[in-house]
Amino acid sequence: MAPQLAITLVFFYWPAGQALYQSMLRQDPFGLKSRFVWFANFRKVLADPAYLNSIKVTVVFSLATAIVAMVVALLLAVMAEKAVRGKGLYRTLLIWPYAVAPAIAGMLWLFLFNPSIGSLAYLLRSLGIAWDPLLNGTHAMVLLVSAAAWKQISYNFLFFVAGLQAVPKTLIEAAAMDGAGETKRFWTIVFPLLAPTTFFLLVVNTVYALFDTFGIVHAVTGGGPGKTTETLVYKVYNDGFVNLILGDSAAQSVILMAIVIALTAIQFRYVERKVHYG
Amino acid sequence: MKFFGFAAGVAATLTLLSTTSAFAVTQISWWHAMTGANAEVVAKISKDFNASQSDYELVPVFKGTYPETLNAGIAAFRAGQAPDILQVFDVGTGVMMAAEGAIKPAADVLTSAGMTFDKSQYLPGIVGYYSKPDGTMLSFPYNSSSPILYYNKDIFQKAGLDVNSPPKTWNEVWEAAKKIKTSGAAPCGYTSTWLTWIHLENFAAWNDVPWATQQNGLAGGDVELKINAPIFVNHFQALADLAKDGTFKYGGRTSEAKQIFLAGECGIFTESSGGLGDIVKSGMNYGIGQLPYDSDAKGAPQNTTPGGASLWVFGNKSDEEYKGVAAFFAYLSNTDVQEYLHQKSGYLPVTLAAYEATKKSGFYDKNPGRETPILQMTGKAPTDNSKGVRLPNLPQVRDIQNEELEKMLAGQQTAQQALDNAVTRGNAAIKEALEN
Repeated sequence: MAPQLAITLVFFYWPAGQALYQSMLRQDPFGLKSRFVWFANFRKVLADPAYLNSIKVTVVFSLATAIVAMVVALLLAVMAEKAVRGKGLYRTLLIWPYAVAPAIAGMLWLFLFNPSIGSLAYLLRSLGIAWDPLLNGTHAMVLLVSAAAWKQISYNFLFFVAGLQAVPKTLIEAAAMDGAGETKRFWTIVFPLLAPTTFFLLVVNTVYALFDTFGIVHAVTGGGPGKTTETLVYKVYNDGFVNLILGDSAAQSVILMAIVIALTAIQFRYVERKVHYG
Repeated sequence: MKFFGFAAGVAATLTLLSTTSAFAVTQISWWHAMTGANAEVVAKISKDFNASQSDYELVPVFKGTYPETLNAGIAAFRAGQAPDILQVFDVGTGVMMAAEGAIKPAADVLTSAGMTFDKSQYLPGIVGYYSKPDGTMLSFPYNSSSPILYYNKDIFQKAGLDVNSPPKTWNEVWEAAKKIKTSGAAPCGYTSTWLTWIHLENFAAWNDVPWATQQNGLAGGDVELKINAPIFVNHFQALADLAKDGTFKYGGRTSEAKQIFLAGECGIFTESSGGLGDIVKSGMNYGIGQLPYDSDAKGAPQNTTPGGASLWVFGNKSDEEYKGVAAFFAYLSNTDVQEYLHQKSGYLPVTLAAYEATKKSGFYDKNPGRETPILQMTGKAPTDNSKGVRLPNLPQVRDIQNEELEKMLAGQQTAQQALDNAVTRGNAAIKEALEN
């Protein structure tokens, strides 16, 4: 058997099969008693208002994170292209945050925006904003999106810089000679030519926000206040490892697996063909 | 011939192995969740126990936070690799009790090792909490704490309050908090850690009102929450009203509020007695009072319930291991060990002898306030409302309560709505857990 197949079997199919099996069981935490319940756990999870809420939270959080991270990165990349001196230093500094672990990034933002001791929270309060991410769900979400997006900006920046360098200078110069202004040149020439990069980053950022932000949520809000920042991944952890409801938790992770498979299928079968890779 | 030689070799090896193992020291594994100064206590107790005898070797292993340690123990049990002793926090007590096939009651461990277990030597409030309804002690209390009131004497001075008399009732707390806020002595009057533990579970016990049916779940069976009774609603409405202008400040679900108090933002603070260390370290001019009670409650103050953690023994271990565990529990009950644990860690002593010895040594005269949690817990014999709370899914029910209370403090619902929702959702979750 090919080693890659063995690895896939051991590290993917086996645990995935276990999750599938567990998702159809009702079991006490110690596994002393278990009952096979077919799809009862799925029915329960999908009818649970808390689960539907966490779907909503996840959509808002993922879209906001992807959009903020990409818009800011594109802006910084365009600026970097314009820099005449110190281009290298500027780029290096912007790439650094990518090396920071998610939980550390979360802690950094938590400190900055801590209602009691955070310097940025102090600033917000002196501007007349009653900053309280512990009780205000919107504030908590803003904090979470900031931390998650901040960490991803470096990565996006790198790809946008590379994408911008691939745009032929001759096109831009020709347009300039025809009298097109800077804004016009960007939207009609540069931006369409960046489409493949933008699409690639959109997928990567959405997947990042969906599945790779557990550390940030855990460090910053823990899903609160109420359930306003409980994402799907965080709920799997909370139900399984804190509340010890293993069947529900397994059913949720199987649903997440289905979402990933669907996303991948959409990416390969449908969208990839529509985007023109210059 | 060849085969015979092989078999003889195997037999010889086996004999050798069995004889060596008879001489070998039996290892006792202990998974715990203690950090900082409390981890040093674990290390010292283990070292001293190992030095005190030569039959057993106690091996303490740090497994992370309380929930992480519980999960590690559960996962290890499922994999057939459970430790001998697992430290489980108060909230996990119901989870462990529901798993009768997985554990061996601490009382059985002691008696089957030929030791007598005299319950009367232990603090009744603590032993009662870790016992079955029929009185069998299931786990061995290791570190117990109780919520108390701390106050900043400098802020009290500035606000014109009496620095030597901390508020005794909740109404007095609200009044003092308002005075602190309006006089400008501090930006906030009052804050608290663990709303679920202090303002629901201990509030109920201290005021002698039921938190839930079935002796708060200790008598087992179908439990229904009672936390939307008028006394709770009035209490939380007062808290919600104070939160509106910042007289009460919410810090978070666990002990996050401690930093608000340490930063000097609030003048009054309720928190576990185990949190004293950080307050002492900060150099603040602090005072300690009893947990406030509700002046409308007839039986108040009754007694508070134990928090902290206890030691659980897993089932299906060898007799040798159980003898080792029993020897360790006996060692842990020694007066000087308990005295050391109490004075060093700030947790409560679990034996009456250790308490008396600490008292005699003059420790409480030098450290006023350190006796408060013990007096609170042992002042009166516990009633059906004050032995503690127990549910197979207490972590989940606390989560639900926290969510509803947060919505209330954010002004999205009244105290009545919050507690009604907490009861409805909590009861549904309990029912679900019992079906499993």
